[in-house]
Amino acid sequence: MVTTSPALHVQALRKSYGDVVAVAGLDLEVRAGECFGLLGPNGAGKTTTIEICEGLLASDSGSVLVLGKSWETDGHDLREMLGIQLQDTQLAEKLTVDETLTVFQSFYREAREIGEVIDLVELGEKRFARVGTLSGGQKQRLAVACAMVGDPELLFLDEPTTGLDPQSRRQLWDLVSEFRAEGKTIVLTTHYMEEAERLCDRVAIVDHGRIIALGTPRELIDSIDFSHLPPPEPRKTHATLEDVFVSLTGRTLRDE
Amino acid sequence: MSEAVKVNVIRSPREPRALRLSRAERGFKGHPMVQLTLVRFREFIREPEAVFWTFVFPILLAAGLGIAFRQQGLEQLQVGVVIRQGADTSVVAAMRRDSTLVLKAYDDSAGALALRTGKVALLVIPGATRDRVQYVYDQGRSEAASTRLVVDRAIQLGAGRVDPVRASDTYVTENGSRYIDFLVPGLLGMNLMGSSIWSLAFAIVTARNKKLLKRLMATPMSRLQYLLSFLFSRLFFLVIEVVTLVGFGYFAFGVPLRGSLAALMLIALLGAVSFGGLGLLCASRARTVEAVSGIANFVMLPMWIFSGVFFSSSNFPEVVQPFIRLLPLTAVNDALRANMLEGASLAAVSPQLLVILVWGVGSFFAALKLFRWR
Repeated sequence: MVTTSPALHVQALRKSYGDVVAVAGLDLEVRAGECFGLLGPNGAGKTTTIEICEGLLASDSGSVLVLGKSWETDGHDLREMLGIQLQDTQLAEKLTVDETLTVFQSFYREAREIGEVIDLVELGEKRFARVGTLSGGQKQRLAVACAMVGDPELLFLDEPTTGLDPQSRRQLWDLVSEFRAEGKTIVLTTHYMEEAERLCDRVAIVDHGRIIALGTPRELIDSIDFSHLPPPEPRKTHATLEDVFVSLTGRTLRDE
Repeated sequence: MSEAVKVNVIRSPREPRALRLSRAERGFKGHPMVQLTLVRFREFIREPEAVFWTFVFPILLAAGLGIAFRQQGLEQLQVGVVIRQGADTSVVAAMRRDSTLVLKAYDDSAGALALRTGKVALLVIPGATRDRVQYVYDQGRSEAASTRLVVDRAIQLGAGRVDPVRASDTYVTENGSRYIDFLVPGLLGMNLMGSSIWSLAFAIVTARNKKLLKRLMATPMSRLQYLLSFLFSRLFFLVIEVVTLVGFGYFAFGVPLRGSLAALMLIALLGAVSFGGLGLLCASRARTVEAVSGIANFVMLPMWIFSGVFFSSSNFPEVVQPFIRLLPLTAVNDALRANMLEGASLAAVSPQLLVILVWGVGSFFAALKLFRWR
């Protein structure tokens, strides 16, 4: 389902925690059917932005339209249409994969069949295993499965591959690609530039609560001036999105 | 480079959408209320420690206390005797004639120690002549005072006292007046309180701590159904709790069940739901299990002490009695005892039921107001 109206429309969004400004007037438009990446160092305001879009946080000011609806007036409808994976949710360890998904499925008016979702995330062998016995990658795939069981139009993934081994990461990439191939929209945050480069149609680089660069990964790589990049030698021909990122946000470490 | 990689990652588009299941197609078992209640149920039975503390522990406690405080034919009174040099020991011979007295000989310092540590209730120090004896005891200990009376009577009789009134004793033992009869309803009340408060407090705070509550808030789940699932699962476990503990008391110790069982169940049910509200209130803000443990203990401690679980609350001064009666556990215990031991009707315990109800409704709405959903 490809519509012309944007899947996500954010204008002049602001949010502060006490004196700390997390989001400082952020504008963002995600088109329906695209995979959109939000990149940025720790504390840049990615998670805050995404949680406001998910209706989990109230903004201080600004407007957010998700699938053309606003949280104030259509909150419950929106919950039915979104799939959400949060950064550090720990699902109940004592339940099995099947039980966990059935609970999540029960919340939605219309939902996908459990077996189908389990196949999608390749957890067939673990269907009746307790969540506590799953590996990190399997848990993360289950979290994505929980986000997908309600058959969402728009999927929010907040650092879905952080801490995963390369195999698990690639499995999740396949999953995201398949979801996108169905014509659905994805908004994801990540620290891995390679991931953004492979998965995302467009990316936005967020820093200090604002978007400082926006475009396709290719456009960003082509646009960058590498002259001030530190050694090894500037390498425009082999430049990656990671070079763009470091060039724009600097090399100072950011701690959470 | 990125374009080439993308082609590798994206597989051919999937065939048309697999079917979407509507609520009706998922049936009764797919109802969120059923699923949420099943979660509570599964999490509980898959936690062996929780099962032990809820069901086995009260039975062990009742069995232990029931045996320790069982009525023996005659109570044995422990008496220490300190015989100093030149003392007249005829009072000792007089005490020996009373079979309820158990005599132990000590020197001065050992006697003092035995008294201080509660091994004996009373020290008897015979004087130099047969018409002198000294009693050493703590006036505030009830068994010390009664031991003094028995010892004194034995010594006075031995010395030739004749009582002017001849009394005859008739002994009765009746179920319903023993300690175990008092204890079982109290344990049931305490257990209803403990399991309701702990199960809600732990489950909710753990879910909040692990960000699971926040994740659930991101679904269309109804908050009311989430909270109700705790109450529904409590009702199921409640039946098991009441049946095991009351059944154990009834079959092992003959604790009477003089009131209607339906009324007993209703009192327990109202109590469990009311304590569930308190549990919700305890869990409404806390972010860690440590914090909620402290809050729950703070809430329950006064009731363990004042609400007449192990001993009657009438031991406390008259001025605090109105406050004690307003505690929910006091109301639950009084109502359970009235039902089981006196066969009281529901109407007769309506003041207690009202107290329970007010606590339940009040704490539930306070919890809803305060609740931190993320």
